[in-house]
Amino acid sequence: MRTTSKRARGAISVLLALFLSIGVAACGSDDDDDQTTSGEGGGAIVSNPENGKVTLTVGSKNFTEQIVLGEVYAQALEAAGYKVDKRLNLGSETVARQAVKSDQISGYPEYVSTALTSFFEVEPEEVPADATEAYEEAKADFEKEDLTAFPPTPFASANAVGTLKKTAEERDLKTVSDLEGQSEEMTLYGSPECRQRIDCLAGLEELYGLKFKKFVPVDIGLRYTVLDNGQADLSILFTTDPQLSAQADKYVILEDDKEVFPAGNVIWVTTPEVVEEAGPDYEKTIVQVQEGLTLKVMQELGARVELEKEPAAKVAGEYLESAGYTG
Amino acid sequence: MAAGGSGMSTLALPQPVLASIEGAIEFIFTPQSSSVTGGKKVGGLEQVIELTVNQLEVTFLALALALFVALPIGLYLGHRGAGELLAIGLGNAGRAIPELALIAFMAAAIGVGLLNVTIALAVLGIPPILTNAFVGIRQVDRGAVDAARGMGMSEFEILRRVEMPLAVPTLMTGIRGATINILATATIAPLAGVLTLGDFIINRNVYGDDGVLAGAILVALLALVLEFALAGLQRLLTSKGLKLSPA
Amino acid sequence: MISAALAAPLAAVGEVGEGFFKERTSETLPCQAQEERLFCFDWAKDNIGEYWTPAVQHVELVAISVIVGFAIAFVLALLAHRRRWLQPPLLAATGVLYTIPSIAFFFLLLPITGFGRDSAVIALSAYTLQIIYRNMIAGLANVPSSVKDAARGMGLTDRQILWKIEVPLATPEIVAGLRIATVSTVALATLAVFISAGGLGKPIYEFINFKTNIIIAGGLAILIAIAFDAILFGLQRLATPWRRAAAE
Repeated sequence: MRTTSKRARGAISVLLALFLSIGVAACGSDDDDDQTTSGEGGGAIVSNPENGKVTLTVGSKNFTEQIVLGEVYAQALEAAGYKVDKRLNLGSETVARQAVKSDQISGYPEYVSTALTSFFEVEPEEVPADATEAYEEAKADFEKEDLTAFPPTPFASANAVGTLKKTAEERDLKTVSDLEGQSEEMTLYGSPECRQRIDCLAGLEELYGLKFKKFVPVDIGLRYTVLDNGQADLSILFTTDPQLSAQADKYVILEDDKEVFPAGNVIWVTTPEVVEEAGPDYEKTIVQVQEGLTLKVMQELGARVELEKEPAAKVAGEYLESAGYTG
Repeated sequence: MAAGGSGMSTLALPQPVLASIEGAIEFIFTPQSSSVTGGKKVGGLEQVIELTVNQLEVTFLALALALFVALPIGLYLGHRGAGELLAIGLGNAGRAIPELALIAFMAAAIGVGLLNVTIALAVLGIPPILTNAFVGIRQVDRGAVDAARGMGMSEFEILRRVEMPLAVPTLMTGIRGATINILATATIAPLAGVLTLGDFIINRNVYGDDGVLAGAILVALLALVLEFALAGLQRLLTSKGLKLSPA
Repeated sequence: MISAALAAPLAAVGEVGEGFFKERTSETLPCQAQEERLFCFDWAKDNIGEYWTPAVQHVELVAISVIVGFAIAFVLALLAHRRRWLQPPLLAATGVLYTIPSIAFFFLLLPITGFGRDSAVIALSAYTLQIIYRNMIAGLANVPSSVKDAARGMGLTDRQILWKIEVPLATPEIVAGLRIATVSTVALATLAVFISAGGLGKPIYEFINFKTNIIIAGGLAILIAIAFDAILFGLQRLATPWRRAAAE
């Protein structure tokens, strides 16, 4: 268990005191509950008994980062007093979106870039570079479908074409465009839905004009395995993968010079009905707990789950405690 | 380890069943831009045929490998009357092999692709073939064997001309079982990079609900057709005498 | 440089502090982070508890499916035992259910019973029908007619003969079929994860590249199969004391 250093704790306490006082002052008279406020502006998540009447179902997509996020949100919402069911590891974005729309889950974390390129058919180069702008655009598009989205996380993630460092050195590959002329003799491994996604194989073929010797769809969990056992020359990786920092001497990603793989911050996608039913603490808690999710933190959490193979629930709990949200 | 939700609640799809079937049939015959794929077409007869061929290909390759390994051993042990524990025990143990674990382990340990999946599937096929070859030979009337030996036939000739024809029913039963089991497991081969009809089923995100149902229907039909064909083959191979006598 | 839509750095409230982060390099990675390693004992020791829930789900799934399958097959066999004309169609029907691969069966049921345990149980029990039914028919048929005649001579009704003579004598065959069906079901139940019914397939599928995980989950499935097999074998010995005495 990671404990925060004394200095950090001191800093947090000061910040907490500062924000709480500002929050209380700015809030003025609160609406209904005189019981407790839900920590305006940071600090511990406070349980609101009113929320116990509401059951929320937290969903997630089918790879590690998503499952960790799902656990973080689920545990945070529980700490805020909600009854929480988890339906993590649902599938890809299309399955998850369908699940929200058909009320099977209350919400799930989606990447702004995926939403824009996969759902709303925005060309990758048109995805706004500014996170807030991208969020606003996605939110507006979601609203047309009777869905809504909460503000984004600090960190962003993108697909990337990755390979073994020695392969990159042998073939002198630094950017994706360097694959031109070489890709015909290289195999690319990616997720099954990669074939249809513009920020994946479809984009590599159409926007980079690359043809590969073979594209093999495999489970996302095998993306590094296939590089290790020499079967894949190239593999679709995620920029937030812990392997990229922990094993930087082994794996490398190629620079996306044509900007086909836009990075996306994570936004919580849900329906207005759930927002109404769950009350103000719903959005508050989600936005609050994700504020600590910087790229560095996500890589650390990812490392614990993917590399050290710790249970995602435990890792999420450690994050919530260390960041002072719970405990 | 990634801990997921329990997901025990039954979530029925909103569409009535008939409409689902209609959608699935359409998926089989016409490539369509499913709502999930945003543009790129999926499904259609060409893709269906391709995946069916893949599934049959890996099934028969694995069956061939299994036969190559298991048949000689089973026949030999049966003829000699030795190794009963191994032969029978292997058959029982083989039934307990968890299919998903086998495919996943092979993918993680050896790698993905046709060769590796073939080996994994052959592992599934070896126990029933070995056991049934053994039992089939063992149950041949000893009198017939002794008579043949008395007539001066070599051991190999006895095996080939006396024991094997009489063992065909049992042996074929084992081969049929092995084939169907291999075909069924080949359905999840897409997890290990071999695209069979199971791809439609496993990858709902790519093919949509129509694709999933279409895949399920196709796999079921393929298995039934194959079983029917193998039953016919067994009838053909079983000598007249055996067919007339009560099994 | 990654094409990054960098967020205007949001105020990182809820900071975790420097002690949260751990330096990781290729050399310092633990066993479970190294892809090539076959089995990591330490990780296994620490995390074996994670497999409890999937294992329990697995056992439940198998038990329910086999019980349901047995009940249905039992009724079918009793019906067909006296009515010879029923036997071929029933054999064919159960044969069809047996031949259809389980994972296809799960998804054929999807529009009707959706995701979850119901679909899994229906498909798994359908698979067991043929083997249990066939063994039971064979077992009942193998009861020597001399025994039945003697019983009839003693004045027993047909129904009494069935329950007091035929079924007990057919027990070994019935249990043999039950054992085969159960062991097969344990192996097949790993596929239940695809229909969201849990079981040991879930940990396998969730960490599909981690060999230690696959070995543990797969190994547990095999152990469960062995346990079921042993229990059923023991039950058979208990139910047929005369066979033990006869030292077959």
